[in-house]
Amino acid sequence: MSDASTLDPFALIAALYILVLAAFVGYEVVSKVPTMLHTPLMSGANAIHGVIVVGAMLVAATAEGPLRIVLALVGVTLGTINVVGGFVVTDRMLEMFRKRPGGRE
Amino acid sequence: MDLLQVLTYLVWLVGSVTFILALKFLASPATARRGNQLGAAGMALIILWTFFTVDGMLANWWILLVGGLVGSVIGVLGARRVPMTAMPQMVAIFNGAGGGAAAVVAIAEFLRDTGEAGSGELLSVPFMIATLLGAVIGSVSFTGSIIAFGKLQGIVAARPVKYPGSQVVTGALFLALVALAVYLVAFDNSVPLFLLFCGLALVLGVQLVMPIGGADMPVVVSLLNSYTGIAVAATGFVLGNYALLIAGTLVGASGAILTQLMCRAMNRSLFNVLFAGFGTGGEALAAGAEGEEQLREISAEDAAVLMAYGSRVVIVPGYGMAVAQAQGPVRELMDLLLAKGVDVQFAIHPVAGRMPGHMNVLLAEANVPYDRLKEMDEINDDFGETDVARGMGANDGVNPLAREEGSPISGMPILNVDQAQNIIVLKRGRGTGFAGIPNPLFSNPKTTMLFGDAKPSVEALVSGVKQA
Repeated sequence: MSDASTLDPFALIAALYILVLAAFVGYEVVSKVPTMLHTPLMSGANAIHGVIVVGAMLVAATAEGPLRIVLALVGVTLGTINVVGGFVVTDRMLEMFRKRPGGRE
Repeated sequence: MDLLQVLTYLVWLVGSVTFILALKFLASPATARRGNQLGAAGMALIILWTFFTVDGMLANWWILLVGGLVGSVIGVLGARRVPMTAMPQMVAIFNGAGGGAAAVVAIAEFLRDTGEAGSGELLSVPFMIATLLGAVIGSVSFTGSIIAFGKLQGIVAARPVKYPGSQVVTGALFLALVALAVYLVAFDNSVPLFLLFCGLALVLGVQLVMPIGGADMPVVVSLLNSYTGIAVAATGFVLGNYALLIAGTLVGASGAILTQLMCRAMNRSLFNVLFAGFGTGGEALAAGAEGEEQLREISAEDAAVLMAYGSRVVIVPGYGMAVAQAQGPVRELMDLLLAKGVDVQFAIHPVAGRMPGHMNVLLAEANVPYDRLKEMDEINDDFGETDVARGMGANDGVNPLAREEGSPISGMPILNVDQAQNIIVLKRGRGTGFAGIPNPLFSNPKTTMLFGDAKPSVEALVSGVKQA
């Protein structure tokens, strides 16, 4: 996989396309969420950006020298907190919205 | 492109679709949980795929082991142990962790690539811009989230903290960051200057959130969530990783629209939230009204009788219910009143508690069916027909001052509690609300006050209703 330091112009443009289209998807999808689910939504979105842990893993794989080792360790730890904590806490919130008699849904 | 690479791109695509579905399924309580689990599964797929297919992943295996273990333990314990009332803080801290991780990844990538490039050779402009964006936004999100956590947790002063010239300092920091960025991109990929750039960004995060009042922290957390998304997208661009790019952009965009929705619920602009220093505008008004308040107290027994013989009771939960963990007794009270043929509903202000939907989460935890929870627009016209409205630690969201000019909360939509026949306010002390503004509702002739912590107060009401 080439990274942006060596990207050819076509790959750059492709990344830009993905960026713009994903932004519209995010906007559209969230516009329909009711107020009562805003807290879980914030928390769920928070868990999704925990995917940064993958970036931290890639950093860890190539880390050399004390500074980059420390950065990799901090990155993997923080990223894991984000992704694990994010999904678990969202699940805990949503567990309480389960279907029950008399419910609207 | 070999087969492994093709498969990697496909795995990213599958993961990205699960993220989109996770957000989409959140549109209804019935599907929300399944959506979140689907997103988690997609996330696990991407992480495991990366772990098993990237060359040299185990070169520093102990980093993955230690970081993964420590992170998982903190994440699970934090998420499982934290009381539902402290949810907003928890989201803030998880978000800060993500922002910090994004900044760290951007810094490490910069160090690696400057190390590889020969001296005097500049890194490509798109690469540098994305790296700097990831570093600066991630850093701001990191320290900003920590301050937001501190304010919600009560470690950092919740009031807007301002000092003379603080806006000048913010402006100067911003300009310095822009100047450094231009220099770093165009003239010199200097490591010390890059680290200085990140350091200033960390300070900017503190500087941006400190002047914002605690009541506005939910909006800030939502905005910082969006920032972290953007930082992750930028890092994804740097790494050429589409999973990061798509997930980050999704969250960046959805966080931005969510922030907008939250501001609209308070009838304020984002600019006003970020820079106005809520609670500093109407100080004179606040001082004037304070001394004249005549509050009438009511005993729990009398309040119980009032409710038990009413035909319609609307409960307006606020932060007081959350801190006292009174949602269980509140449910019991509802059941008793329903058994006596009283119609019980809950009126939820869009920003009640510390986050939109905070009250819904708590009441759902106590098994209050969600068709009894009414949003502001649904119930506001019905208050005139209501016999008893009961506030619980609700304050700013029921403050009639919001209908008048010249108050700091002017124009904020409120619940029309003051139109009810009787109003009972449960309140811990005589203080003002989170926004620091007096509430004329409390001195309204129809209002009686039941002082005390919400939980014992509601329990007293429960036993009162049983006897009534």
